[in-house]
Amino acid sequence: MNKLYASLLFLCILGMQLNATAQTIDLFAEKSTSVSKDLTTGSFKTTRIVNGQSIENVGAGILDFRILHRFGAINQGGYNFFGLDQATMRMGLDYGITKNLMIGIGRSTFQKQFDGFVKYKALSQQTGERNIPLSISYVGIAIYKSLKDATTTYQPYVSDKFSFAHQILFARKFNDYFSLQLTPTLLHYNIVENVNIPNDFYSLGIGFRQRISKRVNITTEYFYRIDKLAGYYDPLSVGVDIETGGHVFQLHVSNSTGMTERTFINETTGSWGKGDLRFGFNISRVFTLKKPKELKNLKF
Amino acid sequence: MNLRSKLTSVFSLIVLILLIGMTQTAHAQKIFATKSGQIYFNATGALVKIAAVNNQVDSKFVDATGQIIFGVLVKGFKFENQLMEDHFNENYMESTQFPKADFKGYITNIKEINFSKDGAYPIQVDGVLTIHGVSQKTSTKGTLTLAQGKATIAGDFSVKVKDYGITGLYIGEKIASEATIKLNCKY
Repeated sequence: MNKLYASLLFLCILGMQLNATAQTIDLFAEKSTSVSKDLTTGSFKTTRIVNGQSIENVGAGILDFRILHRFGAINQGGYNFFGLDQATMRMGLDYGITKNLMIGIGRSTFQKQFDGFVKYKALSQQTGERNIPLSISYVGIAIYKSLKDATTTYQPYVSDKFSFAHQILFARKFNDYFSLQLTPTLLHYNIVENVNIPNDFYSLGIGFRQRISKRVNITTEYFYRIDKLAGYYDPLSVGVDIETGGHVFQLHVSNSTGMTERTFINETTGSWGKGDLRFGFNISRVFTLKKPKELKNLKF
Repeated sequence: MNLRSKLTSVFSLIVLILLIGMTQTAHAQKIFATKSGQIYFNATGALVKIAAVNNQVDSKFVDATGQIIFGVLVKGFKFENQLMEDHFNENYMESTQFPKADFKGYITNIKEINFSKDGAYPIQVDGVLTIHGVSQKTSTKGTLTLAQGKATIAGDFSVKVKDYGITGLYIGEKIASEATIKLNCKY
């Protein structure tokens, strides 16, 4: 009998000891064990570096109305008010289908072009559960030049007026101050002037963002053309991104006039050496068309 | 059986009962936990609505001591507008530098709550709130609702944005200088 009590007593003491550990529960001392996914955001301030696509997408359910302006060449002098007398523009609408997939359409006054694109973020830079050091996106662009060509013996098909661009964007945000992007690009013309000109052109873009203050960033974008179309220059643009609440304002100087991939990468007529540069600006205004689902079931 | 061994037995029995009793009271200590609490804040100043929600509030409390913690990833706040969300993280909360916001404190009137009885109990919570790397003593009132052993804590309070070292051009104008925060955690 006593033995039974003794063993029960022992068990109870054991139980107490277990409880004693339970009693020292200190939530404050607990380290959070859950390492959650931390997606890198804001590598660039908006979806374009200057002319070219950046790694950023517009959010899901968000419509971005963009107006891009490019003035005439600064070196025309005072008579043309340093190029401000002339302007070409592109009006466009971009929409985020999901947080990784966006589409956009646009119309440029320059060569009366229509364009449309799809951008898909395949890999997102992140830390936490997984460490991914860079983001990768694909951009596919179709451009239709509706400007009537001079009448020749050849009657062009509609498809002849199309050109396409494919880009893979590799971007890394090193810190809040600096992000870098590499953009290998393939441009395809459905038709070119003569048999000696290839239909496909490769180029490599490089762009970066450098933060100056919380609201001001310097951006630079350059495309090195591996295959060169004779008579044109490599595009180089330097800009400033200014954030003002609901929109981002981009001001820049560039040697390109066109605002579609075909025209600014492959057909840039201005030369930095000759001072054939243009002022330009991009204005973006976003509208929320679909609220994020998180905001739909509020418990308050 | 002689008297001595009888007495020993009785004595052991009493000790045993006492011990069992102690064990059981100690067992009543329970941790309530959730990883999917909801927190909502509104800092609407002039014109534009500035509000966001985070559905991944990590919270725990202990019924015996009233100790309570809340933790949240700043980047988990969802705004209606992506751009606003980027500005919130980059320019105001500096969330790469300060990824988490948390609260550590006590439900000071935890003893008034009868965990075996369903109902809504008013609670007083005192503790330290850390946002943007700055810790401030905070106290607020809330409600703890018990239903079939499940607890829900709801409450609201407000914080002065400047108290937490958050600066920016628009605070006090487009952004309210005081943000109201609402919380709902189902454990």
